[in-house]
Amino acid sequence: MVKVFIYPATSLILSDMVARFGHEPLGSAIGIRERIQTPGFESPPLQITPEEPKKGLKWAAVEVPSGVRGRMAVYGPLIEEAEAAIIIKDPDYAFGCMGCARTNELIQFHLRNKGIPVLDVAYPTSDEEGVGFVAAVKEFLTGLKMEESA
Amino acid sequence: MTEKVRIAQLSCGPEYSGVQKEIYDAASMVDAEVFFPDIALSDVQQGFSEFGLDVRSPDLKLAIARAKALVEGRIDADAVFIATCFRCAEAAIVRNELRRYIHENSALPVVSYSFTERTTSGTLLTRMEALTTIARRRALLAREVQEGITLGIDSGSSTTKAVVMKDNEIVGTGWLPTTEVLKSADGVVDLALQEAGLRLDDIEAIGTTGYGRYLIGKKFNAQLIQEELTVNSKGAVYLADRQHGPATVIDIGGMDNKAISVQDGIPGTFTMGGICAGASGRFLEMTAKRLGVDITELGPLAMKGMGNTVPMNSYCIVFGTQSLVNALAEGSAREDVAAAACHSVAEQVFEQQLQEVDIKEPVIMVGGTSLIQGLVRAMGELLQTEIVVPPHSQYIGSVGSALLASGYIRGE
Repeated sequence: MVKVFIYPATSLILSDMVARFGHEPLGSAIGIRERIQTPGFESPPLQITPEEPKKGLKWAAVEVPSGVRGRMAVYGPLIEEAEAAIIIKDPDYAFGCMGCARTNELIQFHLRNKGIPVLDVAYPTSDEEGVGFVAAVKEFLTGLKMEESA
Repeated sequence: MTEKVRIAQLSCGPEYSGVQKEIYDAASMVDAEVFFPDIALSDVQQGFSEFGLDVRSPDLKLAIARAKALVEGRIDADAVFIATCFRCAEAAIVRNELRRYIHENSALPVVSYSFTERTTSGTLLTRMEALTTIARRRALLAREVQEGITLGIDSGSSTTKAVVMKDNEIVGTGWLPTTEVLKSADGVVDLALQEAGLRLDDIEAIGTTGYGRYLIGKKFNAQLIQEELTVNSKGAVYLADRQHGPATVIDIGGMDNKAISVQDGIPGTFTMGGICAGASGRFLEMTAKRLGVDITELGPLAMKGMGNTVPMNSYCIVFGTQSLVNALAEGSAREDVAAAACHSVAEQVFEQQLQEVDIKEPVIMVGGTSLIQGLVRAMGELLQTEIVVPPHSQYIGSVGSALLASGYIRGE
Protein backbone atom coordinates (compact mmCIF):
# COMPACT_ATOMS: atom_id res chain seq x y z
CA MET A 1 0.00 0.00 0.00
CA VAL A 2 1.32 3.41 -1.02
CA LYS A 3 0.24 6.81 0.31
CA VAL A 4 -0.98 8.70 -2.75
CA PHE A 5 -1.60 12.46 -2.65
CA ILE A 6 -4.54 13.34 -4.84
CA TYR A 7 -5.04 16.60 -6.67
CA PRO A 8 -7.66 18.04 -6.49
CA ALA A 9 -7.40 17.01 -2.86
CA THR A 10 -11.16 17.44 -2.44
CA SER A 11 -11.99 14.87 -5.11
CA LEU A 12 -14.02 12.01 -3.67
CA ILE A 13 -13.92 10.16 -7.01
CA LEU A 14 -10.15 10.19 -7.08
CA SER A 15 -9.97 9.28 -3.40
CA ASP A 16 -12.24 6.31 -4.07
CA MET A 17 -10.19 5.15 -7.06
CA VAL A 18 -6.97 5.19 -5.05
CA ALA A 19 -8.60 3.20 -2.25
CA ARG A 20 -10.12 0.68 -4.70
CA PHE A 21 -6.69 -0.12 -6.05
CA GLY A 22 -5.41 -0.83 -2.55
CA HIS A 23 -3.63 2.40 -1.68
CA GLU A 24 -4.19 5.13 0.90
CA PRO A 25 -5.47 8.43 -0.55
CA LEU A 26 -4.11 11.62 0.98
CA GLY A 27 -6.64 14.40 0.44
CA SER A 28 -8.63 17.17 2.09
CA ALA A 29 -10.79 14.78 4.09
CA ILE A 30 -7.74 13.51 5.97
CA GLY A 31 -6.28 16.98 6.59
CA ILE A 32 -9.52 18.51 7.71
CA ARG A 33 -10.67 15.53 9.80
CA GLU A 34 -7.95 16.26 12.32
CA ARG A 35 -9.15 19.84 12.75
CA ILE A 36 -12.82 18.98 13.00
CA GLN A 37 -12.14 16.31 15.59
CA THR A 38 -9.83 18.43 17.70
CA PRO A 39 -11.79 19.61 20.73
CA GLY A 40 -11.45 23.21 21.86
CA PHE A 41 -11.06 24.79 18.46
CA GLU A 42 -13.67 27.43 17.79
CA SER A 43 -13.10 28.76 14.32
CA PRO A 44 -15.74 27.53 11.88
CA PRO A 45 -16.16 26.05 9.38
CA LEU A 46 -12.83 24.20 9.22
CA GLN A 47 -11.78 24.92 12.79
CA ILE A 48 -8.68 26.61 11.56
CA THR A 49 -7.20 29.19 13.88
CA PRO A 50 -4.67 31.96 13.19
CA GLU A 51 -2.06 29.42 14.29
CA GLU A 52 -2.37 27.57 10.98
CA PRO A 53 -0.90 30.35 8.80
CA LYS A 54 2.04 30.41 11.22
CA LYS A 55 2.54 26.67 10.76
CA GLY A 56 2.16 27.24 7.03
CA LEU A 57 5.36 29.30 7.12
CA LYS A 58 7.18 25.99 6.77
CA TRP A 59 5.94 25.73 3.18
CA ALA A 60 5.23 29.33 2.15
CA ALA A 61 7.06 32.54 3.08
CA VAL A 62 5.59 35.32 5.18
CA GLU A 63 5.05 37.50 2.09
CA VAL A 64 2.53 34.95 0.85
CA PRO A 65 -1.18 35.61 1.62
CA SER A 66 -2.43 34.16 4.90
CA GLY A 67 -4.96 31.96 3.10
CA VAL A 68 -2.17 30.23 1.20
CA ARG A 69 -0.21 29.59 4.38
CA GLY A 70 -3.34 28.33 6.18
CA ARG A 71 -4.06 25.94 3.32
CA MET A 72 -0.46 24.77 3.28
CA ALA A 73 -0.75 23.97 6.99
CA VAL A 74 -3.47 21.50 5.97
CA TYR A 75 -1.83 20.10 2.81
CA GLY A 76 1.86 20.44 3.71
CA PRO A 77 1.97 17.54 6.18
CA LEU A 78 0.12 15.34 3.67
CA ILE A 79 2.60 16.20 0.92
CA GLU A 80 5.42 15.28 3.27
CA GLU A 81 3.79 11.90 3.89
CA ALA A 82 3.07 11.26 0.22
CA GLU A 83 4.88 8.44 -1.57
CA ALA A 84 3.15 9.06 -4.90
CA ALA A 85 0.77 11.59 -6.40
CA ILE A 86 -1.92 11.93 -9.04
CA ILE A 87 -2.45 15.39 -10.51
CA ILE A 88 -5.50 16.06 -12.64
CA LYS A 89 -5.00 19.04 -14.90
CA ASP A 90 -7.80 21.61 -15.18
CA PRO A 91 -10.47 19.54 -13.45
CA ASP A 92 -14.10 20.52 -13.52
CA TYR A 93 -15.66 22.09 -10.42
CA ALA A 94 -17.79 19.01 -9.87
CA PHE A 95 -14.76 16.72 -9.84
CA GLY A 96 -13.18 18.47 -6.88
CA CYS A 97 -12.61 22.15 -6.27
CA MET A 98 -9.39 23.61 -4.91
CA GLY A 99 -10.04 27.18 -3.77
CA CYS A 100 -6.79 29.07 -4.19
CA ALA A 101 -4.89 29.12 -7.48
CA ARG A 102 -1.59 30.10 -5.85
CA THR A 103 -1.82 27.28 -3.29
CA ASN A 104 -2.53 24.85 -6.09
CA GLU A 105 0.60 25.92 -7.94
CA LEU A 106 2.64 25.50 -4.76
CA ILE A 107 1.18 22.06 -3.97
CA GLN A 108 2.05 20.78 -7.44
CA PHE A 109 5.54 22.26 -7.22
CA HIS A 110 6.21 20.54 -3.88
CA LEU A 111 4.90 17.22 -5.18
CA ARG A 112 7.13 17.34 -8.26
CA ASN A 113 10.14 18.38 -6.19
CA LYS A 114 9.77 15.39 -3.87
CA GLY A 115 10.96 12.98 -6.49
CA ILE A 116 8.03 10.60 -6.00
CA PRO A 117 6.12 8.94 -8.86
CA VAL A 118 3.60 11.49 -10.18
CA LEU A 119 0.85 10.84 -12.66
CA ASP A 120 -0.22 13.89 -14.66
CA VAL A 121 -3.48 13.34 -16.43
CA ALA A 122 -5.84 15.71 -18.22
CA TYR A 123 -9.42 15.95 -17.05
CA PRO A 124 -11.58 14.04 -19.58
CA THR A 125 -14.09 15.94 -21.67
CA SER A 126 -15.65 13.02 -23.58
CA ASP A 127 -16.63 9.38 -22.94
CA GLU A 128 -13.61 8.18 -24.86
CA GLU A 129 -11.25 10.38 -22.87
CA GLY A 130 -13.02 9.21 -19.71
CA VAL A 131 -12.16 5.61 -20.45
CA GLY A 132 -8.57 6.58 -21.14
CA PHE A 133 -8.50 8.61 -17.93
CA VAL A 134 -9.60 5.68 -15.74
CA ALA A 135 -7.19 3.35 -17.56
CA ALA A 136 -4.27 5.74 -16.95
CA VAL A 137 -5.08 6.04 -13.25
CA LYS A 138 -5.49 2.25 -12.97
CA GLU A 139 -2.20 1.61 -14.70
CA PHE A 140 -0.37 4.10 -12.46
CA LEU A 141 -1.84 2.66 -9.25
CA THR A 142 -1.21 -0.93 -10.30
CA GLY A 143 2.35 0.03 -11.17
CA LEU A 144 2.79 1.38 -7.65
CA LYS A 145 1.83 -2.01 -6.28
CA MET A 146 4.41 -3.70 -8.42
CA GLU A 147 7.10 -1.19 -7.39
CA GLU A 148 6.22 -1.84 -3.77
CA SER A 149 6.46 -5.62 -4.09
CA ALA A 150 9.71 -5.35 -6.08
CA MET B 1 -35.96 42.60 18.94
CA THR B 2 -35.00 43.92 15.53
CA GLU B 3 -34.57 41.53 12.66
CA LYS B 4 -30.99 40.55 11.96
CA VAL B 5 -29.34 42.32 9.04
CA ARG B 6 -28.26 39.68 6.53
CA ILE B 7 -24.80 40.32 5.17
CA ALA B 8 -23.73 38.21 2.19
CA GLN B 9 -20.06 37.22 2.33
CA LEU B 10 -18.04 37.02 -0.89
CA SER B 11 -14.60 35.81 -0.05
CA CYS B 12 -11.52 33.74 -0.68
CA GLY B 13 -9.34 32.50 2.16
CA PRO B 14 -10.80 33.63 5.49
CA GLU B 15 -11.59 30.05 6.55
CA TYR B 16 -7.99 29.01 5.99
CA SER B 17 -6.59 32.19 7.50
CA GLY B 18 -8.42 31.47 10.73
CA VAL B 19 -10.35 34.75 10.63
CA GLN B 20 -13.79 33.45 9.70
CA LYS B 21 -14.76 33.37 13.36
CA GLU B 22 -13.70 37.01 13.71
CA ILE B 23 -16.00 37.92 10.83
CA TYR B 24 -18.90 36.09 12.48
CA ASP B 25 -18.11 37.71 15.84
CA ALA B 26 -17.99 41.23 14.39
CA ALA B 27 -21.34 40.67 12.68
CA SER B 28 -23.01 39.31 15.80
CA MET B 29 -21.84 42.34 17.81
CA VAL B 30 -24.03 44.54 15.60
CA ASP B 31 -26.90 42.05 15.49
CA ALA B 32 -26.14 41.01 11.94
CA GLU B 33 -25.78 37.61 10.34
CA VAL B 34 -23.13 36.74 7.80
CA PHE B 35 -24.04 34.09 5.23
CA PHE B 36 -22.59 32.56 2.09
CA PRO B 37 -24.98 32.90 -0.86
CA ASP B 38 -26.09 29.42 -1.83
CA ILE B 39 -25.85 28.75 -5.55
CA ALA B 40 -25.78 25.71 -7.81
CA LEU B 41 -22.72 24.33 -9.59
CA SER B 42 -24.11 25.41 -12.96
CA ASP B 43 -24.46 28.98 -11.63
CA VAL B 44 -20.76 28.98 -10.81
CA GLN B 45 -19.73 27.92 -14.27
CA GLN B 46 -22.11 30.34 -15.94
CA GLY B 47 -21.44 33.14 -13.47
CA PHE B 48 -17.77 33.74 -13.96
CA SER B 49 -17.80 33.15 -17.71
CA GLU B 50 -20.53 35.80 -18.12
CA PHE B 51 -18.72 38.20 -15.82
CA GLY B 52 -15.72 37.98 -18.13
CA LEU B 53 -12.92 37.89 -15.57
CA ASP B 54 -11.07 34.64 -16.16
CA VAL B 55 -9.31 34.15 -12.84
CA ARG B 56 -7.45 30.97 -11.92
CA SER B 57 -8.73 30.63 -8.37
CA PRO B 58 -11.90 28.53 -8.05
CA ASP B 59 -12.86 30.33 -4.83
CA LEU B 60 -12.72 33.67 -6.64
CA LYS B 61 -14.82 32.18 -9.45
CA LEU B 62 -17.33 31.18 -6.80
CA ALA B 63 -17.27 34.70 -5.35
CA ILE B 64 -17.98 36.15 -8.80
CA ALA B 65 -20.92 33.78 -9.34
CA ARG B 66 -22.31 34.64 -5.91
CA ALA B 67 -22.04 38.36 -6.68
CA LYS B 68 -24.00 37.82 -9.88
CA ALA B 69 -26.71 35.96 -7.95
CA LEU B 70 -26.98 38.87 -5.52
CA VAL B 71 -27.17 41.52 -8.22
CA GLU B 72 -29.71 39.53 -10.23
CA GLY B 73 -31.89 39.19 -7.13
CA ARG B 74 -31.69 35.40 -6.96
CA ILE B 75 -30.38 35.71 -3.39
CA ASP B 76 -31.76 38.09 -0.78
CA ALA B 77 -29.31 40.13 1.26
CA ASP B 78 -29.25 43.47 3.05
CA ALA B 79 -25.55 44.19 2.54
CA VAL B 80 -22.39 42.66 1.10
CA PHE B 81 -19.02 42.03 2.72
CA ILE B 82 -16.15 41.22 0.35
CA ALA B 83 -13.07 39.73 2.01
CA THR B 84 -9.90 38.30 0.50
CA CYS B 85 -6.34 37.72 1.60
CA PHE B 86 -4.08 40.74 1.89
CA ARG B 87 -1.17 40.41 -0.60
CA CYS B 88 -3.06 38.36 -3.19
CA ALA B 89 -2.94 40.21 -6.50
CA GLU B 90 -5.63 38.12 -8.17
CA ALA B 91 -7.97 38.55 -5.22
CA ALA B 92 -7.33 42.31 -5.20
CA ILE B 93 -8.51 42.52 -8.81
CA VAL B 94 -11.63 40.47 -8.09
CA ARG B 95 -12.36 42.34 -4.86
CA ASN B 96 -12.28 45.67 -6.61
CA GLU B 97 -14.29 44.59 -9.65
CA LEU B 98 -16.98 42.91 -7.54
CA ARG B 99 -17.30 45.94 -5.29
CA ARG B 100 -17.72 48.16 -8.33
CA TYR B 101 -20.13 45.72 -10.02
CA ILE B 102 -22.39 45.46 -6.96
CA HIS B 103 -22.28 49.19 -6.31
CA GLU B 104 -23.24 50.03 -9.90
CA ASN B 105 -25.88 47.35 -10.36
CA SER B 106 -27.68 47.17 -7.03
CA ALA B 107 -28.64 49.27 -4.01
CA LEU B 108 -26.77 46.98 -1.63
CA PRO B 109 -24.23 48.67 0.63
CA VAL B 110 -20.90 46.98 0.16
CA VAL B 111 -17.57 47.05 1.91
CA SER B 112 -14.40 45.25 0.92
CA TYR B 113 -11.55 44.24 3.16
CA SER B 114 -8.22 42.48 2.78
CA PHE B 115 -7.38 40.49 5.88
CA THR B 116 -4.34 38.90 7.41
CA GLU B 117 -4.38 36.08 9.95
CA ARG B 118 -4.16 38.79 12.60
CA THR B 119 -7.43 40.49 11.67
CA THR B 120 -9.68 40.70 14.72
CA SER B 121 -13.40 41.23 15.18
CA GLY B 122 -12.58 44.63 16.72
CA THR B 123 -10.99 45.74 13.46
CA LEU B 124 -14.01 44.59 11.49
CA LEU B 125 -16.60 45.97 13.90
CA THR B 126 -16.76 49.54 12.54
CA ARG B 127 -17.22 48.23 9.01
CA MET B 128 -19.95 45.79 10.02
CA GLU B 129 -21.63 48.49 12.07
CA ALA B 130 -21.63 50.84 9.09
CA LEU B 131 -23.06 48.13 6.82
CA THR B 132 -25.88 47.36 9.25
CA THR B 133 -26.61 51.03 9.89
CA ILE B 134 -26.99 51.72 6.19
CA ALA B 135 -29.21 48.68 5.78
CA ARG B 136 -31.27 49.23 8.92
CA ARG B 137 -31.43 52.95 9.44
CA ARG B 138 -31.93 54.59 6.09
CA ALA B 139 -34.68 56.74 7.61
CA LEU B 140 -32.30 58.09 10.21
CA LEU B 141 -29.61 58.79 7.61
CA ALA B 142 -32.13 60.68 5.52
CA ARG B 143 -32.32 63.40 8.22
CA GLU B 144 -31.17 66.68 6.67
CA VAL B 145 -31.88 69.26 9.37
CA GLN B 146 -30.81 69.40 13.01
CA GLU B 147 -33.60 70.23 15.41
CA GLY B 148 -33.72 71.17 19.11
CA ILE B 149 -30.55 71.24 21.19
CA THR B 150 -28.20 68.32 20.68
CA LEU B 151 -24.66 67.41 21.56
CA GLY B 152 -22.26 65.39 19.41
CA ILE B 153 -19.04 63.92 20.81
CA ASP B 154 -16.32 62.43 18.63
CA SER B 155 -13.66 60.47 20.51
CA GLY B 156 -10.89 59.99 17.94
CA SER B 157 -7.52 58.32 18.31
CA SER B 158 -5.68 61.68 18.40
CA THR B 159 -8.28 64.26 19.39
CA THR B 160 -11.65 64.47 21.07
CA LYS B 161 -14.19 66.91 19.76
CA ALA B 162 -17.65 68.08 20.84
CA VAL B 163 -20.26 70.26 19.21
CA VAL B 164 -23.48 71.71 20.57
CA MET B 165 -26.10 72.40 17.92
CA LYS B 166 -29.28 74.38 18.28
CA ASP B 167 -31.93 74.73 15.57
CA ASN B 168 -29.60 73.73 12.75
CA GLU B 169 -26.75 75.98 13.93
CA ILE B 170 -23.46 75.13 15.60
CA VAL B 171 -23.47 77.16 18.82
CA GLY B 172 -20.59 75.60 20.74
CA THR B 173 -17.41 73.66 20.00
CA GLY B 174 -14.74 71.91 22.05
CA TRP B 175 -11.45 70.34 20.95
CA LEU B 176 -8.78 68.59 23.03
CA PRO B 177 -6.07 65.99 22.44
CA THR B 178 -7.27 62.51 23.44
CA THR B 179 -5.55 61.38 26.62
CA GLU B 180 -7.89 59.59 29.00
CA VAL B 181 -10.97 58.95 26.90
CA LEU B 182 -13.57 60.01 29.48
CA LYS B 183 -11.55 62.92 30.83
CA SER B 184 -10.99 64.32 27.34
CA ALA B 185 -14.70 63.92 26.60
CA ASP B 186 -15.66 65.77 29.80
CA GLY B 187 -13.25 68.54 28.81
CA VAL B 188 -14.62 69.05 25.30
CA VAL B 189 -18.23 68.90 26.46
CA ASP B 190 -17.51 71.61 29.06
CA LEU B 191 -15.85 73.77 26.41
CA ALA B 192 -18.72 73.34 23.95
CA LEU B 193 -21.40 74.02 26.55
CA GLN B 194 -19.51 77.06 27.80
CA GLU B 195 -19.31 78.52 24.31
CA ALA B 196 -22.98 77.78 23.73
CA GLY B 197 -23.96 79.28 27.09
CA LEU B 198 -25.89 76.14 27.95
CA ARG B 199 -25.85 73.42 30.61
CA LEU B 200 -25.85 69.67 30.13
CA ASP B 201 -29.47 69.59 31.35
CA ASP B 202 -30.48 71.71 28.36
CA ILE B 203 -29.32 69.03 25.91
CA GLU B 204 -32.21 67.07 24.43
CA ALA B 205 -30.25 64.30 22.72
CA ILE B 206 -26.64 63.15 22.57
CA GLY B 207 -24.74 61.28 19.88
CA THR B 208 -21.27 59.77 20.14
CA THR B 209 -18.83 58.46 17.56
CA GLY B 210 -15.15 57.55 17.16
CA TYR B 211 -13.05 54.91 18.88
CA GLY B 212 -14.32 55.83 22.37
CA ARG B 213 -17.98 55.99 21.33
CA TYR B 214 -19.22 53.12 23.49
CA LEU B 215 -17.49 54.23 26.67
CA ILE B 216 -18.52 57.86 26.29
CA GLY B 217 -21.98 56.94 25.05
CA LYS B 218 -22.57 54.92 28.20
CA LYS B 219 -21.31 57.66 30.47
CA PHE B 220 -23.38 60.43 28.87
CA ASN B 221 -26.34 58.14 28.34
CA ALA B 222 -26.29 58.89 24.62
CA GLN B 223 -29.28 58.12 22.43
CA LEU B 224 -27.04 57.51 19.40
CA ILE B 225 -23.78 55.58 19.50
CA GLN B 226 -22.58 55.30 15.95
CA GLU B 227 -19.42 54.43 14.04
CA GLU B 228 -17.72 57.23 12.16
CA LEU B 229 -18.24 56.04 8.59
CA THR B 230 -21.94 56.84 8.41
CA VAL B 231 -21.72 59.75 10.83
CA ASN B 232 -18.92 61.43 8.91
CA SER B 233 -20.63 60.91 5.55
CA LYS B 234 -23.73 62.58 6.85
CA GLY B 235 -21.80 65.34 8.58
CA ALA B 236 -19.74 66.03 5.46
CA VAL B 237 -22.62 66.43 3.03
CA TYR B 238 -24.54 68.47 5.63
CA LEU B 239 -21.69 70.93 6.24
CA ALA B 240 -20.80 71.14 2.56
CA ASP B 241 -24.48 71.60 1.69
CA ARG B 242 -24.38 68.70 -0.75
CA GLN B 243 -27.06 66.49 0.76
CA HIS B 244 -28.41 65.41 -2.61
CA GLY B 245 -26.63 63.57 -5.38
CA PRO B 246 -23.24 61.91 -5.30
CA ALA B 247 -20.20 62.94 -3.27
CA THR B 248 -16.93 61.44 -2.09
CA VAL B 249 -15.84 61.98 1.49
CA ILE B 250 -12.18 61.68 2.46
CA ASP B 251 -11.21 61.71 6.10
CA ILE B 252 -7.51 61.29 6.83
CA GLY B 253 -7.54 60.53 10.52
CA GLY B 254 -4.97 60.21 13.24
CA MET B 255 -4.78 56.46 12.95
CA ASP B 256 -6.81 55.39 9.97
CA ASN B 257 -8.29 56.89 6.86
CA LYS B 258 -11.75 56.71 5.48
CA ALA B 259 -12.82 57.11 1.88
CA ILE B 260 -16.55 56.98 1.37
CA SER B 261 -18.65 57.09 -1.77
CA VAL B 262 -21.92 58.81 -0.82
CA GLN B 263 -25.27 59.11 -2.58
CA ASP B 264 -27.86 61.46 -1.09
CA GLY B 265 -25.99 61.41 2.21
CA ILE B 266 -26.00 57.62 2.43
CA PRO B 267 -22.68 55.79 2.09
CA GLY B 268 -22.58 53.24 -0.73
CA THR B 269 -19.08 51.85 -0.67
CA PHE B 270 -16.33 52.73 1.68
CA THR B 271 -12.88 51.75 2.74
CA MET B 272 -11.33 52.24 6.09
CA GLY B 273 -7.79 51.50 6.99
CA GLY B 274 -4.49 52.30 5.45
CA ILE B 275 -1.44 50.11 5.30
CA CYS B 276 0.41 51.99 7.96
CA ALA B 277 0.18 55.15 10.05
CA GLY B 278 2.62 56.58 7.49
CA ALA B 279 -0.40 57.53 5.43
CA SER B 280 -2.24 59.29 8.21
CA GLY B 281 -2.48 62.38 10.33
CA ARG B 282 -0.05 60.83 12.78
CA PHE B 283 2.76 61.09 10.22
CA LEU B 284 1.95 64.76 9.63
CA GLU B 285 1.94 65.37 13.37
CA MET B 286 5.36 63.81 13.59
CA THR B 287 6.60 65.81 10.61
CA ALA B 288 5.46 69.03 12.28
CA LYS B 289 7.23 68.05 15.48
CA ARG B 290 10.46 67.27 13.63
CA LEU B 291 10.26 70.57 11.74
CA GLY B 292 9.72 72.39 15.02
CA VAL B 293 6.34 73.86 14.09
CA ASP B 294 2.86 73.44 15.50
CA ILE B 295 0.61 71.12 13.45
CA THR B 296 -1.52 74.18 12.60
CA GLU B 297 1.51 75.77 10.94
CA LEU B 298 2.39 72.75 8.83
CA GLY B 299 -0.23 73.51 6.15
CA PRO B 300 0.85 77.11 5.47
CA LEU B 301 4.50 75.98 5.53
CA ALA B 302 3.78 73.23 2.99
CA MET B 303 1.99 75.70 0.72
CA LYS B 304 5.26 77.61 0.36
CA GLY B 305 7.27 74.50 -0.58
CA MET B 306 7.75 72.29 -3.59
CA GLY B 307 6.92 68.71 -2.63
CA ASN B 308 8.42 67.12 -5.73
CA THR B 309 11.97 68.22 -4.86
CA VAL B 310 12.12 65.88 -1.85
CA PRO B 311 11.69 62.10 -2.16
CA MET B 312 9.46 60.90 0.65
CA ASN B 313 8.34 57.36 1.35
CA SER B 314 5.45 57.16 3.74
CA TYR B 315 4.31 53.60 3.02
CA CYS B 316 5.30 53.00 6.62
CA ILE B 317 5.81 55.62 9.30
CA VAL B 318 9.31 54.31 9.96
CA PHE B 319 10.34 54.61 6.30
CA GLY B 320 8.66 58.01 6.17
CA THR B 321 10.66 59.20 9.16
CA GLN B 322 13.86 57.96 7.54
CA SER B 323 13.06 59.97 4.39
CA LEU B 324 12.26 63.00 6.51
CA VAL B 325 15.51 62.84 8.48
CA ASN B 326 17.55 62.17 5.33
CA ALA B 327 15.98 65.09 3.47
CA LEU B 328 16.69 67.50 6.32
CA ALA B 329 20.23 66.16 6.72
CA GLU B 330 20.85 66.76 3.02
CA GLY B 331 19.88 70.39 3.44
CA SER B 332 16.36 70.40 1.99
CA ALA B 333 14.25 73.42 2.86
CA ARG B 334 11.71 72.94 5.65
CA GLU B 335 8.96 74.19 3.36
CA ASP B 336 9.84 71.56 0.76
CA VAL B 337 9.96 68.81 3.38
CA ALA B 338 6.56 69.87 4.72
CA ALA B 339 5.12 69.84 1.19
CA ALA B 340 6.67 66.45 0.48
CA ALA B 341 5.18 64.98 3.66
CA CYS B 342 1.72 66.25 2.67
CA HIS B 343 2.17 64.92 -0.85
CA SER B 344 3.30 61.48 0.34
CA VAL B 345 0.31 61.11 2.67
CA ALA B 346 -2.06 62.18 -0.10
CA GLU B 347 -0.35 59.81 -2.52
CA GLN B 348 -0.63 56.86 -0.15
CA VAL B 349 -4.33 57.49 0.46
CA PHE B 350 -4.81 57.87 -3.30
CA GLU B 351 -2.96 54.66 -4.09
CA GLN B 352 -4.11 52.48 -1.23
CA GLN B 353 -7.67 53.55 -0.65
CA LEU B 354 -9.14 55.79 -3.29
CA GLN B 355 -8.64 53.06 -5.86
CA GLU B 356 -11.31 51.12 -3.99
CA VAL B 357 -14.07 53.72 -4.13
CA ASP B 358 -15.57 55.46 -7.11
CA ILE B 359 -14.53 59.07 -6.99
CA LYS B 360 -17.50 61.25 -7.75
CA GLU B 361 -17.46 65.00 -7.41
CA PRO B 362 -17.68 66.90 -5.19
CA VAL B 363 -14.78 65.50 -3.19
CA ILE B 364 -15.20 66.66 0.40
CA MET B 365 -12.27 66.48 2.80
CA VAL B 366 -13.07 66.45 6.49
CA GLY B 367 -11.41 65.87 9.85
CA GLY B 368 -8.56 67.73 11.47
CA THR B 369 -6.19 67.04 8.58
CA SER B 370 -8.47 68.90 6.16
CA LEU B 371 -7.20 72.09 7.81
CA ILE B 372 -3.70 71.34 6.55
CA GLN B 373 -3.83 73.26 3.26
CA GLY B 374 -0.76 71.53 1.86
CA LEU B 375 -2.48 68.16 2.18
CA VAL B 376 -5.70 69.40 0.59
CA ARG B 377 -3.71 70.89 -2.28
CA ALA B 378 -1.77 67.65 -2.80
CA MET B 379 -4.98 65.61 -2.82
CA GLY B 380 -6.59 68.04 -5.26
CA GLU B 381 -3.60 67.72 -7.59
CA LEU B 382 -3.72 63.94 -7.47
CA LEU B 383 -7.45 63.77 -8.10
CA GLN B 384 -7.41 66.65 -10.59
CA THR B 385 -10.32 68.33 -8.89
CA GLU B 386 -11.16 71.17 -6.56
CA ILE B 387 -11.51 69.73 -3.06
CA VAL B 388 -14.31 71.05 -0.87
CA VAL B 389 -13.38 71.70 2.76
CA PRO B 390 -16.58 72.72 4.53
CA PRO B 391 -16.63 75.04 7.54
CA HIS B 392 -16.10 73.23 10.88
CA SER B 393 -14.68 70.30 8.90
CA GLN B 394 -12.51 69.32 11.88
CA TYR B 395 -15.69 68.70 13.92
CA ILE B 396 -17.21 66.43 11.31
CA GLY B 397 -17.92 63.46 13.59
CA SER B 398 -19.43 65.64 16.30
CA VAL B 399 -21.60 67.54 13.83
CA GLY B 400 -22.81 64.31 12.21
CA SER B 401 -23.60 62.85 15.64
CA ALA B 402 -25.44 65.97 16.81
CA LEU B 403 -27.41 66.07 13.56
CA LEU B 404 -28.42 62.41 13.63
CA ALA B 405 -29.07 62.44 17.39
CA SER B 406 -31.76 65.10 16.88
CA GLY B 407 -33.79 62.34 15.25
CA TYR B 408 -34.18 60.84 18.72
CA ILE B 409 -35.76 63.92 20.32
CA ARG B 410 -39.15 62.92 19.00
CA GLY B 411 -38.27 59.26 19.03
CA GLU B 412 -37.80 58.71 15.29
